[in-house]
Amino acid sequence: MKIHEYQAKELFRKYGIPTDNGILVSEKGGDLEIPFDPPYVIKAQVHSGGRGKAGGVKLAKSINEAKEIVNNMIGSTLYTKQVPDGKKVNQVLITDASALTKQMYLALTVDAAREGIAVIASLEGGTEIEEVASSNPEKIYTEVIPYEIGLKTYHATYIAKKLEIKKENINTFVTMLKNMYKMFFELDCSLIEINPLVENDNGLIAIDAKVNFDDNALYRHPELLELRDTKEEDPKELLAMEHDLNFVTLNGNIGCLVNGAGLAMATMDIIKSYGGSPANFLDIGGSATVERVTAAFKILLMDENVEAIMVNIFGGIIKCDVVAEGIVEAAKAVELNVPLVVRLNGTNYELGKEIISKSGLNIIYASDMHDAVIKTVKASRGEL
Amino acid sequence: MSVLIDENTRVIVQGITGKTGSFHTEQMLKYGTKIVAGVTPNKGGTVVFDTIPVFDTVKEAKEATKANASIIFVPPKFAKDSILEAIDADLELVVVITEGIPALDMLEVKRYLHGKATRLIGPNCPGLITPGKCKIGILPASIYKKGHIGVVSRSGTLTYEVTNQLSILNIGQSSAIGIGGDSLRGTSFVDVLKLFNEDEDTYGIVMIGEIGGTGEEEAASWIKENCKKPIVSFIAGSTAPKGKRMGHAGAIISGGKGTASDKKQCLKDAGVKICETPDVIGEAMYELLKEKGLLEKCLVK
Repeated sequence: MKIHEYQAKELFRKYGIPTDNGILVSEKGGDLEIPFDPPYVIKAQVHSGGRGKAGGVKLAKSINEAKEIVNNMIGSTLYTKQVPDGKKVNQVLITDASALTKQMYLALTVDAAREGIAVIASLEGGTEIEEVASSNPEKIYTEVIPYEIGLKTYHATYIAKKLEIKKENINTFVTMLKNMYKMFFELDCSLIEINPLVENDNGLIAIDAKVNFDDNALYRHPELLELRDTKEEDPKELLAMEHDLNFVTLNGNIGCLVNGAGLAMATMDIIKSYGGSPANFLDIGGSATVERVTAAFKILLMDENVEAIMVNIFGGIIKCDVVAEGIVEAAKAVELNVPLVVRLNGTNYELGKEIISKSGLNIIYASDMHDAVIKTVKASRGEL
Repeated sequence: MSVLIDENTRVIVQGITGKTGSFHTEQMLKYGTKIVAGVTPNKGGTVVFDTIPVFDTVKEAKEATKANASIIFVPPKFAKDSILEAIDADLELVVVITEGIPALDMLEVKRYLHGKATRLIGPNCPGLITPGKCKIGILPASIYKKGHIGVVSRSGTLTYEVTNQLSILNIGQSSAIGIGGDSLRGTSFVDVLKLFNEDEDTYGIVMIGEIGGTGEEEAASWIKENCKKPIVSFIAGSTAPKGKRMGHAGAIISGGKGTASDKKQCLKDAGVKICETPDVIGEAMYELLKEKGLLEKCLVK
């Protein structure tokens, strides 16, 4: 789960991680009262990195200029490298444009391969760290903290030295990094990123803040669910989440309904390699009840670009006759108006096929994955 | 021969009285797996499926039944403790089916595993099968044929798809192992490849990877140095967008790393035959075996 910069900064303050003060504005045209002096930075609050380059971070030298920027930014759509389809800006954060003298990068994340929490640090902050990683990998320092002992002063001091932190600020840095580590564990984070972390005459300040949480651990933190901004999430993905379906929106025209994440990815791949374009990733998971299959169809059909649907089920534990019943019921319930190609294999597939053919519905049956993809791609072009 | 499990493996089911645990216990019993005990806290002393005793703890179950393996179906909330309990009881093999275990919980488990006797498979995996002998997991038994190809995969249903393609071509399997879709997992591709490489009964290997993590890249370097057996591979997720989690917790391209094309290139460089689409994996294995003069030995009589 992702949260906004201003929410992440609230958590930072709670955990004693130095950050700047800002005010959140969610309406345009209002009387802007900023309790600190210009210059200001105005930042779009959207769930995406690379906001600066996309025009989502702007400098204002006066209150009037700030007003103008706020009015232009709220309601606009931001097209970042990470979210090329665009994100609508509903809120902006106004902060003090501190002297951005020395910009660093500092992050914590789980390092699965090395079985620990990795502290990633670089003097090349302010830009996208991925770019530094590919052009100057030697400028990124990674220290994996062993789970059993946790982050010790010597880890933090080592990182502080690499970041050339001034002597008088080293203690602050050590405390800050320890607090970040504490926050990472207490809140089950999957990422805490500060980019940039600034060192100036006032000490250390987190100018930006990015915090992601482990979805699998959210049950331990009901309070964090209140931070979820549903406006930031794709309505289809939200609806899918309610029905416990794994769904990701893509931008093609073939809706996919598959059981299992690996097979669902493979289905996207095969559609593409046969000249089609998948509209989504959808894993209906281990139990294909009528309700779930119906919900899945409804979600697929919410996408106006969908011109054909491919169902690809390999029944292991799921029985194909049960899935077939679900498909028939769902197809009736949602008034299916695009071609539907169904491939069933595995447990009870003969029964499943019979149910489909007896249903009297206009469902195209496919014998295997290869057959299914060829028929679906043709159907999506109106050639079937 | 086979890897990890055979007709002598004695299995405990942790979470045997739950809906999923109970259903799959029945399936495994039907396949001939020696399920010797169940564990559900506070249900000790009861008996399920007429003959299987239920215990409160794994240690008691092991003491009473000489079990050497366990399969875990408990919900994510309690999974960490169940896994630690099984490791603490010194079971040789622990298979975790549970999906959705928090990363920090698995981190603790993985660190505890060092220096222990236990081989952990999963979590978030379909388990493993040695056709004709033993199944510890949720894999659909009907598609498997006894034979000589080792199958290893991060995904469940995609493995079924591939196994089915092999079986239709009459190519049987020595063992099939699902290592799971999470990034923090007990057994890696390299671990399984080592087992298959040493197994005299395995003549060829199918490896199904997917985007995210570095397991496939590590496998490629190991294969290059150590493995002479023919290997066919498919990597799912070529069309997946960056930064979006594709169902599995481990299937995400982040920081520009873990893309399908990188993984395919590494494997190609290691001499692995790559399938660009998932519908031709069986055929690719068939052709490769033919080329190596192994086909006759691999066909089910």
